[in-house]
Amino acid sequence: MTERKTQTGARWLKWYTIIYLCFIYLPVLFLPLFSFNDGIYVAFPMNGLTLHWWQEMINQPGMIHALWNSFRVAVPVSIFSTILGMCAAKAFTGYRLIGEKVLTGVFILPLVIPFIILGIALLIAFNSYGIELSLLSVGIGHVLICVPFSLFVLKSRLEGADPSIEEAALDLGETPWMTFWRVTFPLALPGVIASLLLTFTISFDEFLLALFLTGNESTLPIYIWSQLRFPAKLPAVLALGSAILIATFSIVIIAEYFRRQDTNLINERVN
Amino acid sequence: MLLSPVLVLMILALVSPLLLLVGQSFTVETGESHETILSLANYQTFFAKPQYLTVLSRSLIISTLVAFATVLLAYPAAYFIAFHVGQNKVKWLILITLPFWTSYLLRVFSWKLILGYNGVINSGLKWVGVIEQPLEFLLYNNSAVVLTLAHAWAAFAILPIFVSLQKIDKSLIEAAHDLGENSLATFLRVTLPLSMPDVVAALLLVFIPTVGDYVTPKLVGGPNGMMIGSLVQVAFGRLDNWPLGAAISVVSMVTVTFVVCLFLLGLDRIKKLAV
Repeated sequence: MTERKTQTGARWLKWYTIIYLCFIYLPVLFLPLFSFNDGIYVAFPMNGLTLHWWQEMINQPGMIHALWNSFRVAVPVSIFSTILGMCAAKAFTGYRLIGEKVLTGVFILPLVIPFIILGIALLIAFNSYGIELSLLSVGIGHVLICVPFSLFVLKSRLEGADPSIEEAALDLGETPWMTFWRVTFPLALPGVIASLLLTFTISFDEFLLALFLTGNESTLPIYIWSQLRFPAKLPAVLALGSAILIATFSIVIIAEYFRRQDTNLINERVN
Repeated sequence: MLLSPVLVLMILALVSPLLLLVGQSFTVETGESHETILSLANYQTFFAKPQYLTVLSRSLIISTLVAFATVLLAYPAAYFIAFHVGQNKVKWLILITLPFWTSYLLRVFSWKLILGYNGVINSGLKWVGVIEQPLEFLLYNNSAVVLTLAHAWAAFAILPIFVSLQKIDKSLIEAAHDLGENSLATFLRVTLPLSMPDVVAALLLVFIPTVGDYVTPKLVGGPNGMMIGSLVQVAFGRLDNWPLGAAISVVSMVTVTFVVCLFLLGLDRIKKLAV
């Protein structure tokens, strides 16, 4: 009796999860669907298929420029925040820190302050330090919010590694620096790649900080925001959104692949 | 030593900007000479105008609703993945979080396209012949904002809840079953209490950022859907009154912290009563 009840429960849960998945996916999938629609309105019935909007998207110089700007911000941001995240993760896992809980609290602080407030605080700060707003200021803001994510990914990766491997390297006469490059880094590599991709994606998609911190140059989200006001430009934006969708899907799948690689496998290779 | 680069970043790019923000909120520019003097004027302006307080309380109410809606919707799905999918957990988890890596702006905007006057739902229903006139109550109200945000932030609820359910020792659940509890009672008396800390974390993880969201109220909230983020943006944009914007931010930060503390305290009280 109980057994049967549990099974009905599981079946309900399964159906609920499937409906929930539809709720999550449907709005996102309307973007690619209507990017092929032959008409500027997003409404049923659809008018027939066209590749016109995808062509229009490619032919917009403003968009290509914004895309390039986003890369110029997101690539250095992902590298810097991963280096900083690595330093912090190493400190957290390698040593017993005084006030570890307080420090963890400080590091997640950027995530518990609404981004809009972070954005204006940085705006005021750059203004009083006398730093001109540019892609660099956007990048600094992005590093701030990316470091906590990088720290979490790398920390959980390093926690899974056996500390005796590092000790062995040191005992065998490696310098701490060489031990890092030849032992710790290869061990953490899947985490490093995951962190690079994750922080890249966060920076690439970030809007609120960029809104306040960008000067005359616009990143891709700022460009999209400016386009959303014009209904005639909408289908090209939908095409752009679909392109981002496909690109991000691939990046996330690659990131997950690396993150899920078994620690043991790496351990074996090191041994 | 290893922590120093991060600490330098935190001090230069987080602590000092926040202090400058608080500092600026207590200044005001005097008319002709543009000199800044210390003053409480911005706070007086804020608390004197009922509109500001209305927007602040609306932001808090909407974000609270969003937090609870997001967590309630996500919990059963996280539960299903944690306990009922066996080998394919990773696949399900990727499947369910994948849409959240697409552009946030477009995810929010797609709801405007769906709920709009000539949007997907209205045109679809008209096409099929269910309605003659478009339904106007779909877009530009608080429910649209809550729905959109509950969708946009779902990953922030699913992941912590899944992780917490995953950590639960399965033998505790089996023990409850063996001792004759049915599934519902086991859930209420074992699984739910054990996952509670992370449910709370998920609530806060959704509540805090959504209070300051600017995109969603602007796109789907309509003229009466302003939230605190819009006020800050207007102060820094159109009004060009930075000190006032800073004061609005400080007030909302303090209020959010206060609400969070109140919530945690209340939870502690409930826990003690239960014991």
